[in-house]
Amino acid sequence: MKKILVPVKMVLDSNARPRVRTDETGIDVAGMRMSINPFCEIAVEEALRLKEAGAAEEVVVVSIGPAKAQDTLRQALAMGADRAMLIQTDETVEPLAVAKLLCAVAREEVPDLVILGKQAIDDDCNQTGQMLAALLGWPQATFASAVRFAENRLLVTREIDAGLQTLSLPLPAVVTTDLRLNEPRHCALPNIMKARKKSLTVCVPADYGIDIGRRLKIVAVRPPAGRKPGIRVATASELVSDLRAAGLV
Amino acid sequence: MTTLLVADHDNRVLSDATARALTALCALDDAVHVLVAGHQARPVAEQVAKLHGTGRVILVDDAAFAHGLAEPLAALILSLAADYRVIAAPATSGGKDVLPRVAALLDVMQISDVVRVVSPDTFERPIYAGNAIAVVQSTDEKKLLTIRTSAFAAAGTIAVAVPIEEVVPPQGVWLARFEGETLSSSDRPDLASARIVVSGGRALGSAEKFQEIIGPLAERLHAAIGASRAAVDAGYAPNDLQVGQTGKVVAPDLYIALGISGAIQHLAGMKDSKIIVAINKDEDAPIFQVADYGIVGDLFEIVPELEKALG
Repeated sequence: MKKILVPVKMVLDSNARPRVRTDETGIDVAGMRMSINPFCEIAVEEALRLKEAGAAEEVVVVSIGPAKAQDTLRQALAMGADRAMLIQTDETVEPLAVAKLLCAVAREEVPDLVILGKQAIDDDCNQTGQMLAALLGWPQATFASAVRFAENRLLVTREIDAGLQTLSLPLPAVVTTDLRLNEPRHCALPNIMKARKKSLTVCVPADYGIDIGRRLKIVAVRPPAGRKPGIRVATASELVSDLRAAGLV
Repeated sequence: MTTLLVADHDNRVLSDATARALTALCALDDAVHVLVAGHQARPVAEQVAKLHGTGRVILVDDAAFAHGLAEPLAALILSLAADYRVIAAPATSGGKDVLPRVAALLDVMQISDVVRVVSPDTFERPIYAGNAIAVVQSTDEKKLLTIRTSAFAAAGTIAVAVPIEEVVPPQGVWLARFEGETLSSSDRPDLASARIVVSGGRALGSAEKFQEIIGPLAERLHAAIGASRAAVDAGYAPNDLQVGQTGKVVAPDLYIALGISGAIQHLAGMKDSKIIVAINKDEDAPIFQVADYGIVGDLFEIVPELEKALG
């Protein structure tokens, strides 16, 4: 492989508690800690491992988001990616439009592999990789827990509801990552310094002539129904009599 | 206009997820056609034909569909798409894999994990690991939906089966190739549809202890076994038992969490259970915030007592 393209997304940090806006228009992320989507971080790590194993020459990261998403790209560069691109917009871009932008990037960059997170932990859509594969007419392997490159094909083990499935794909291909694919590396300080000097180009969606208008109108965003406060029970037998009384066991 | 539901199955047995998705789609008041694409999957089509709410069964039998791979299945759904206003699949690993591929080629923005049908174009879905519910209205002409099956009861059966129509699939060259699979075999009820789930976390300490503690209790309660991400990552349980934001989402009548701290990613997969029991030695564990019954203590002592009390 010559090139691996890794799309990454900046999201509300997985440890932060999302606050639903009182006017029901969405989640208030102002002043909250933002991070690279955990699945995207796994995708960067896997691309780097393929490169370090000699299976690829270059790892390019791309993000679509606000100016602050440069931080996310710098993190990917500090992990070891070679260069980065930001398609800058303050709009919320839906997976379909993200896939169209990434398709345009892929046509320019001509990667052999696009590897990306199976879902973003903010909108939880789980769509972008599959949509991108469709638009490019490439094969896909979603929810990967192991990736191996051999004899010009990619062997991907996927986490499916009934267990594990292995597919082999010719290149170019799209792979989406699941949690157990790898454990991403920590960035050492010298690498963070070095990442500041790596190339990070910025453009806008209009440069690709792609309409990113929303197809889904957000009618409201509300907190989920709360649960009734529970009780503490002291012993197992007390618990069993409560469960019996409720007809559960 | 009509709805097309893509059935989830293993060529022999229809998954409970399909029957649940059917219930969700019946709320749209359109006829529902169910697509069974498989290899020698007529038994599945016959099961679908007896589900309450199925208007017609479309059976497509071809070796290309033996393992549910996305490319041939997406091409098949696309070839049928013109006749349908709504195209849906249960949000199983298969449905999640194929439906966005179809959506992109129809230029439709899919709505994932529908938990409520508000109107023919408006749906509710969880975002941020279930920490918020978004009400979204689709402006696309066609609606592509995956259905979160834990939010809907399974459709019942009817006495007289509806017709099964066989359709010849479009031919094509498929790039991804099936190489093999390792399927978990278990005598336990299916995790996604079980009435009771007993779930274990990292506190179990080893795969042996996980089996030793969780197994007999699940056996006694005729329960499915689940696990937290931490337990799966540590190798105590296989991946297909993971409950959470990125694993399976369950909503049984009774969910028993043993040694699970309750990270929001885990809560996302089980907090809609009717009754939640938590046993954890850390009294500040977040799992207690969603538990109806909590016991603070050592699960290695309490679980055997629990089994004794159950008799």
